[in-house]
Amino acid sequence: MGFFSRHRSAENAKERLQLVLIHDRTDLSPGQLEALKDDLLKAISGYIDIDPQAVQIRLERDGRSQRLVADIPLRSVSRRRAG
Amino acid sequence: MTAQIITVTSGKGGVGKTTAVANLATALAADGRKVVCIDGDIGLRNLDVVMGLENRIVYDIVDVIEGRCKLRQAMIRDKHYPELYLIPAAQTRDKNAVSASDMKRICNEIKPDADFILIDSPAGIERGFRNAIAPADRVLVITNPEVSAVRDADRVVGILEAEEKGNPSLILNRLNPALVRNNDMLSAEDVLDLLGIHLIGIVPEDEAVIIGSNRGAPVVTDARSRAGQAFRNIAKRLQGEEVPFMDLYSQGGFWGALQKWTRRK
Repeated sequence: MGFFSRHRSAENAKERLQLVLIHDRTDLSPGQLEALKDDLLKAISGYIDIDPQAVQIRLERDGRSQRLVADIPLRSVSRRRAG
Repeated sequence: MTAQIITVTSGKGGVGKTTAVANLATALAADGRKVVCIDGDIGLRNLDVVMGLENRIVYDIVDVIEGRCKLRQAMIRDKHYPELYLIPAAQTRDKNAVSASDMKRICNEIKPDADFILIDSPAGIERGFRNAIAPADRVLVITNPEVSAVRDADRVVGILEAEEKGNPSLILNRLNPALVRNNDMLSAEDVLDLLGIHLIGIVPEDEAVIIGSNRGAPVVTDARSRAGQAFRNIAKRLQGEEVPFMDLYSQGGFWGALQKWTRRK
């Protein structure tokens, strides 16, 4: 936000509503979503080498439906072999 | 003749359900349709005062259900439109005096003799709301561009989806174009994007709505009111006409010119 621009509240309202609606629609609290992420990471780590810091798991809206989107970068196998 | 049954609901109270029902019913009647409105808010009746018919009430919907009068006797004829009727809610009873099947039965009885049945739902998502949506062929969800109203509207849309009541249409009520222009109010696009349902009308905030309800004369009867125009347009859309959306952001006259000038800065 620029130095001269006054804060505009509509954007604020929209961002807050986007989050609230996703949690209302899925009946999943932010805390439960965190727990889900932890469990998911644990399960995946048992099979492949991942960097937990780079993982992104979030709920997304698509019209009136929601999806759980996970972006899980894998650690390169070749790098591991070289090392 | 077989009436289309339309329920107006919102989740949150005070967003304009009763105003919308009174105005849409009056606009439909002005277009020559035969309309029966039902106040579904048992214990908190208000559609009668907004329509200016409070002094004519003898029987109410609970009297019909409990057999104290015939349906016809509880149908109050409007002062100006002879083909517009109101079935008032009971004021001294609660929502448990009516069931979903009572509502369906009453609507079925009216259906052959009307073009539209408009049901004013109570606020909330409990029994009164369930009764109001039970007979509906079509549901209109009304909201304001405010976080609490939009959130509640989304809950209602979710319930309608779960109940397989078809796709509801949205009325965005009390939009203030100047606030939207200043980015201090959710725009119609924002609300539509959030709720993800079909839009049937945007009603701008308009003092004439309060003046109309003070007088018991719905604002659609005021030819100069912007809100009245918006409700008349929605009534046309309910009748299957394609009506372009009003341009809420252009204003003529001195103030319009001044606002355009200040916006440019």
